[in-house]
Amino acid sequence: MSHDHDHDHHHDNELDPMAARVRALETILTSKGLIDPAAIDVIVDTYETKVGPRNGARVVARAWTDPAFADWLRQDATAAIASLGFAGRQGEHMQAAFNTDDTHNLVVCTLCSCYPWAVLGLPPVWYKAPPYRSRAVIDPRGVLEEFGVTLPATRKIRVWDSTAELRYLVVPQRPAGTEGWSEDRLAGLVTRDSMIGTGLALEPESA
Amino acid sequence: MNGPHDLGGQMGLGPVAPEKDEPVFHAEWEKRALGLTLCAGAMGYWNLDESRHARENRHPVDYLSSSYYEIWIKGLERLLTRHGFVSERDLAEARAVDGAPQPKRVLKAADVPAALARGGPCDRPVGTPARFKAGDRIVTRNFSPTGHTRLPRYARGKHGVVEAVREGFVFPDSNAHGKGENPQWVYTVVFDGREIWGDDADPTLSVSIDAWESYLEPA
Repeated sequence: MSHDHDHDHHHDNELDPMAARVRALETILTSKGLIDPAAIDVIVDTYETKVGPRNGARVVARAWTDPAFADWLRQDATAAIASLGFAGRQGEHMQAAFNTDDTHNLVVCTLCSCYPWAVLGLPPVWYKAPPYRSRAVIDPRGVLEEFGVTLPATRKIRVWDSTAELRYLVVPQRPAGTEGWSEDRLAGLVTRDSMIGTGLALEPESA
Repeated sequence: MNGPHDLGGQMGLGPVAPEKDEPVFHAEWEKRALGLTLCAGAMGYWNLDESRHARENRHPVDYLSSSYYEIWIKGLERLLTRHGFVSERDLAEARAVDGAPQPKRVLKAADVPAALARGGPCDRPVGTPARFKAGDRIVTRNFSPTGHTRLPRYARGKHGVVEAVREGFVFPDSNAHGKGENPQWVYTVVFDGREIWGDDADPTLSVSIDAWESYLEPA
């Protein structure tokens, strides 16, 4: 194996510059007693295994099956969502945006990466990257096409730019053919992207 | 600031490229970067707005060619040096060379669940009644502050309608610079796509922002 070959694969080994830079910073902060490295493990575990889009799917499925809950979600999303046990960091001030036959909602943060962690977990890379942040507000239909979503030409599109501390959860429309389904089964149709607005809920035959 | 982070409506940045079955993290260092950022923030020496400004206030070439966690780490290094916890020598030698003050708080592993559950609410009481109400026509201010602001360039000097009066929130433009929380009413303001992008805009498009009261004037 040539030396050059090693360099081509530097992202896989210890020489990755960002890996080295972050390790150095962790070493410095730990030896100065400024952080507890075990706290990092707990944070990572929280967002890898506990807080993710399954939380949001539960909220949507409840809204689909319980009109009183849907009303509460419209009026006071933070409290309604907290009643299911989802609250906290980057979910302190929630708003729900309900898709209808008239309007499709799409959420973006053009200025940084604001995202409703408490219900969706950490944002995907594309949500934080310049292409989505630049285009969602000017060409939402073009963006949706890249996600395989084509809306009727007359459907209004409302883009919510998360410029303040409000965090938005899109409530997709409930697919036809799911009458009588349990909340758990319905939750299986609710994708992460459908709660950002870059997708729709899955059709029942695909679940 | 009119910085590289203010991306709404920019062109030429390529396709969105969603990744199928994307993992939560793409490398081990990203996990540590997230955790370091949260743990260092929990010491209590800077706020969310100062953090955002530390990330966005970069040369455009640097900002646009860095991954998001890379931007976080560069921002974190800046915050830690600004507040005296890490020195340039520490960073150059990749070890603790210089001392640091004892922080007010260190987030311990056992306290993480409670800290994440608590979050960091930014709503605050405002001493004055809301100036606008739902349905009011407004025009956003046109300004170009050199510091932090949350009024994107594409939404400056534009006519819109107040859709909702939210709550009082900490004002980022001052809070990012250690000039106080100065809470103001926040409003969800809706613009027709054509008001923002011109006559060729998608006629079905409307765009909303959440705007602090001082960003708005009656129209």
